[in-house]
Amino acid sequence: MPVTMTSPPRERAEPERRPAPRTRRRSHGGRRRRALTGAAYAAPTAVMVGLFFLVPLGLVVWMSLHRWPLLGKPTLNVPNNYAGVADNELVVSAAWFTLKYTAIMTVLLFVVAFGLALLVQHRRPGVGFLRAAFFLPMAVGFASASLLFLGLLSDEIGPVNDLLSWLGVVDGYVSWTSGSAGSALGSAVVLVLWRFAGFNMLILLTGLQAIPVDVYEAARIDGASRWQTFRRITLPLMRPTIALVLTLMSTGSLLAFDQFWILTRGGPDNSTTSLVMVIYREAFIRLDLGSAAGISVVLLAVLLVFNAVQFGVLRRRSE
Amino acid sequence: MNLRGLRLAAVVTAGLLAVTACGNGTAPDSTTASADDGATLTLWTRAATESVSKALADAYNATHRNKVEVTAYPNEEYPAKLASAAGAKALPDLFAADVVFAAQYASQGLWADVTERFAAFPAKDSVAPSHVKAATWDGRNFAVPHTIDMSVMLYDKDLYAKAGLDPEKPPATLREFAGHARKIDQLGGEVNGTYFGGNCGGCVEFTLWPSVWAAGGEVLDADGRKAKVDSTEMAEVFALYRSLYEDGVAAPASKDEAGPTWLGALQGGKVGIAPGPSAWLGAMEAKGVKVGVAPITGITGGESTFVGGDTIGIGATSGKAAQAWDFLAWTMSDEAQVEVVAKSKGVPTRTDLASNRYSSADPRLVTINSLVSKGRTPYAQNFNASFNDSQSPWLQTVRGALFGDAGKALTEGNSAITKSLQQG
Repeated sequence: MPVTMTSPPRERAEPERRPAPRTRRRSHGGRRRRALTGAAYAAPTAVMVGLFFLVPLGLVVWMSLHRWPLLGKPTLNVPNNYAGVADNELVVSAAWFTLKYTAIMTVLLFVVAFGLALLVQHRRPGVGFLRAAFFLPMAVGFASASLLFLGLLSDEIGPVNDLLSWLGVVDGYVSWTSGSAGSALGSAVVLVLWRFAGFNMLILLTGLQAIPVDVYEAARIDGASRWQTFRRITLPLMRPTIALVLTLMSTGSLLAFDQFWILTRGGPDNSTTSLVMVIYREAFIRLDLGSAAGISVVLLAVLLVFNAVQFGVLRRRSE
Repeated sequence: MNLRGLRLAAVVTAGLLAVTACGNGTAPDSTTASADDGATLTLWTRAATESVSKALADAYNATHRNKVEVTAYPNEEYPAKLASAAGAKALPDLFAADVVFAAQYASQGLWADVTERFAAFPAKDSVAPSHVKAATWDGRNFAVPHTIDMSVMLYDKDLYAKAGLDPEKPPATLREFAGHARKIDQLGGEVNGTYFGGNCGGCVEFTLWPSVWAAGGEVLDADGRKAKVDSTEMAEVFALYRSLYEDGVAAPASKDEAGPTWLGALQGGKVGIAPGPSAWLGAMEAKGVKVGVAPITGITGGESTFVGGDTIGIGATSGKAAQAWDFLAWTMSDEAQVEVVAKSKGVPTRTDLASNRYSSADPRLVTINSLVSKGRTPYAQNFNASFNDSQSPWLQTVRGALFGDAGKALTEGNSAITKSLQQG
């Protein structure tokens, strides 16, 4: 639209067309009004994005260049906050753990969510109930869900250990959330699977149901097996949905906080300390807002690269 | 632009000016007006101290025109809540904080300077000195004691009797404590000799450091800039607790105890003797445990305690400093300390009120109160990040010393803690 508005009115310069200035002014005014109306429609979103995303983003970048006390005047200390990121041993171990967690979580969550979506894909008796049951954990707030698991898995107050020892699986005292690095990570993974599998199932289900039935029928007539149908039809046509779900999962995992903050406190021995927990520690325990902002900017850059690569790969494939 | 645009710009500018004016609109501190002028004061505290803060506020509100409104936040979230409020220049009129964090808050200027006001307080010399020092930065006072909680040995008199020990003869040395714990552990069943918070930096410093101090050792230098946890005294204390865990005398959950279920474990009547907060005496008795109280001792004798609790100061952004000080001065008065704090079995923040008409009724309270003068409050600007936080180098040191390679953990931990103490 702006291109047509700014294109030079070559023919209009001819003298015999002169009597049309009023019309031209009117149409110009109309276009302008339309543009203004469009801008007005977009304004609320633009204001929200500007106020709650762009301004804070700018502030974080600005903060990361300063020593920023809670009260009092900030002083420029570039590049200390960024140099400190590399020196911080906790950042290094947390970055490594966060990547490991993201890989494990994305794979497991995708497999479980896709499996559930395939399970409840077709209308059959009881499918409505199953869909609701799988989605229901999403109704519990994530922090509340983490607390719920902390209680359930607790040796003191939870039923899980009693049940497992009754079944003969465990013997004596077991601490799932802080006994060992593996069990702490495992309990967080189970929590996230329980809480988010249903939600991702729902997104995948909409993708599955968008595939036209005739395509499947044609394949069946051609004598394609179930596996062939899945590989040659379901997967390729699901690509955009899978891209969305994988992006949501990996971004969510890279920004993991609640589950570790509440369930494992980052332990045992810092083995489940995520990057966002380190940012929290810098800002609210060490009260070093500049350093926290520095790590946040680095994490944001990593996220951008991650998503760009992911989208690039998936877009190329779908082309 | 046109007239409409100009008008809009004018309205927006006026609005922004109004908002700015509101932001700076805190009333100036009027020193001429009476300090008890019916002002409403906001007070923030953490959940652990809520009951004391509320009791003090209620008693003050009943006899004053000013009104103090207490808001409590969950312990773990409280430091973040304070930091956010400070960043937004919206601190409450009064806020309390764990005494070990006081130096950090004072250095960040979150509390208003109360040096002159405190100097004019009549009984200032008997206000818990370790707390006052903890909230001092660059020679200026920023906060006063709010509650005192000390670490003591808490033991189950019934289990003592069952194990053939004298319930009226608590251990006089840390070695004796280990012996008693082993004997009680032999009762078997669900009973364990002792219990500790092996995955909680704050719990370990609170209960193990007094044994180091009692033996004449140090954990930190006076400025809180250098760690001394690689001392022989510290190593001996860790070794003793480690052997209790390895021999199964300490409950297996001790390794993973991060704090939340610590009280629950001691309340269950299944632990013989364990160091813990004096403030839990009432909570344990409420569950039917017959609790004995004794000082924490060194390996071969001596006694000490960690004088914990909360300090309270005036929010640096408050415009009601005079009224807020009126409340603070009242909380340190004889009336508040005896009729509110001591009456509810709390430890008075004034050393001259250690023995009062309520404490004399319970000899255990006399034991606790008398420890204030023997105890210490460690002082360091970066205390939270170095010792209490779940990601602190101290917690890593503790885990190594109790469950891993002890020698390496203490040496490496000492330099990591020192580095953390000197940061920023």
